[in-house]
Amino acid sequence: MDAKDWLLLRILEEDSTQELSEVADLADLTEAEVKDRVSAMEDDKIIRGYCASIDWEKAGEGVAAATVNLKVSPERDVGYDRIAERIARFPQVCSLRLISGEYDFEIRVTGRNIQDITRFVSEQIAPMEQIRETGTILVMKSYKENGRILYDRKEGERLLFSF
Amino acid sequence: MMRDFISARTRTIPPSGIRRFFDIVQEMDDVISLGVGEPDYATPWVACEAGIASVEQGQTSYTSNRGLPELRTETSRYLAKRFGVHYHPEDEMLITTGASEALDIAIRAVTDPGDEILIADPSYVSYSPGVMLSDGVPVRVPCLMEDEFRLTPDALMEKITPKSKAVICNFPNNPTGGVMSREDYRGIAEVICDHDLLLISDEIYTEMTYDGEMTSAVQADGLQERTILINGFSKAYAMTGWRVAYLCAPKELCDAALKIHQYVMLSAPTMSQYAAVGALKNADLDREEMVTEYQMRRNLFVRGLNRIGLTCHLPRGAFYAFPSVKEFGISDVEFAERLLMEQHVAVVPGSVFGPSGAGHLRCAYAVSREDLREAIRRIEAFTTSL
Repeated sequence: MDAKDWLLLRILEEDSTQELSEVADLADLTEAEVKDRVSAMEDDKIIRGYCASIDWEKAGEGVAAATVNLKVSPERDVGYDRIAERIARFPQVCSLRLISGEYDFEIRVTGRNIQDITRFVSEQIAPMEQIRETGTILVMKSYKENGRILYDRKEGERLLFSF
Repeated sequence: MMRDFISARTRTIPPSGIRRFFDIVQEMDDVISLGVGEPDYATPWVACEAGIASVEQGQTSYTSNRGLPELRTETSRYLAKRFGVHYHPEDEMLITTGASEALDIAIRAVTDPGDEILIADPSYVSYSPGVMLSDGVPVRVPCLMEDEFRLTPDALMEKITPKSKAVICNFPNNPTGGVMSREDYRGIAEVICDHDLLLISDEIYTEMTYDGEMTSAVQADGLQERTILINGFSKAYAMTGWRVAYLCAPKELCDAALKIHQYVMLSAPTMSQYAAVGALKNADLDREEMVTEYQMRRNLFVRGLNRIGLTCHLPRGAFYAFPSVKEFGISDVEFAERLLMEQHVAVVPGSVFGPSGAGHLRCAYAVSREDLREAIRRIEAFTTSL
């Protein structure tokens, strides 16, 4: 990883659908160099995939989300890893993090509605033997996701000419 | 019949070189303006919060003439950290209402009638009028494209006379994007010291240095004791509208500038000074983010210009590209005017910034990538029609 790789990651994280020529211009590299560097970072799993950032609420799909904090009993030899891998298998779980503080895991769960989420937590997550406690925090409205603002914001105006 | 009240001195100041352009632009609704000399980012929110909090706490009075002690201390720390140079916040620093005020009082503090003030050319538009308002004589020192628009010792030497008093330079440069390395500054330092000149160094774009080390003139041996250093928050922290900057100089020079400042300005806007403290303390990430984005836009835009046949050196600082249009057989003014009328792209003719700018265009790339791509398309459409 060098400064150019770092710049490429930044460019792709912002918009991975840009034309190769565009990415090459922004990074001041040739298209072949961009290809080589990107595939090397894919091979190294620095780049884990490409996705769109969607405002599902605006898309009109019923969507609900919650942050669920979990207290977990770690297991001998494997610590938190095995239970983490079990929880991560559920498609409803879109992020899973080991955290400091009162709880051990913070998971982000999505579903079509609140009932979906509460049912998932009470029927799938809570009964697991290593789970000692759950705390579910329902999302009421989202203002910013993945660094992107989800509301309309008026931009400041500039003079058309200035020195 | 009334007398003409306008002073002779004011009458000698030429009107703005782009007034006409400005009038035309107002009538267009699909114009892409590359004529804007300020960031297109909003001020980092941490800085805004600091300004807002100061108002909420009732900090709405004047500050000391020199500026908020906390801001001077933070600025002094910043200069030490970024450049390894040391200015005493108590008596070698002054907070001003934008770098424009700092320039004005610096020039006034040192210029006597008839003094020749050497100006690295092309230059920001206020230097020459500023000198004339002090009855000084502006003398332009050409900075050429073949030297990547740097100020060279030879060019400087050529313009020095017994009347020379000071040199004004601005790197990273508006309008060329040229920068000076430490080595370059060492070269001119020798000339400046040998001829016992003062340097006024406007370093407002210094954070926007892309391919090498960020430099300050006062890093060169012998220069700090004979330099008035001007910098501020407008560009690095996208704070143009807040009007807050600073001037650093040895005590005697700083006191002289302070004398003028206390009568004409009293103190810089208080809210803005608090916002600037917030910027220095907490906005490094925002600044780095913006500078990286400008670096990418520069790459995109300069490649685009060269691809369509406008020769452009790689500007290593500020947010301006300064392509040559000499090969098209029309002047920069005509090029810019027709480009605006025919393709609705606004740029500033290089000659507005001084004779060495003739045959070039100043294109500010502090606009969205989308606009830059569209501007390249339109400029190409224009040049192929020539």
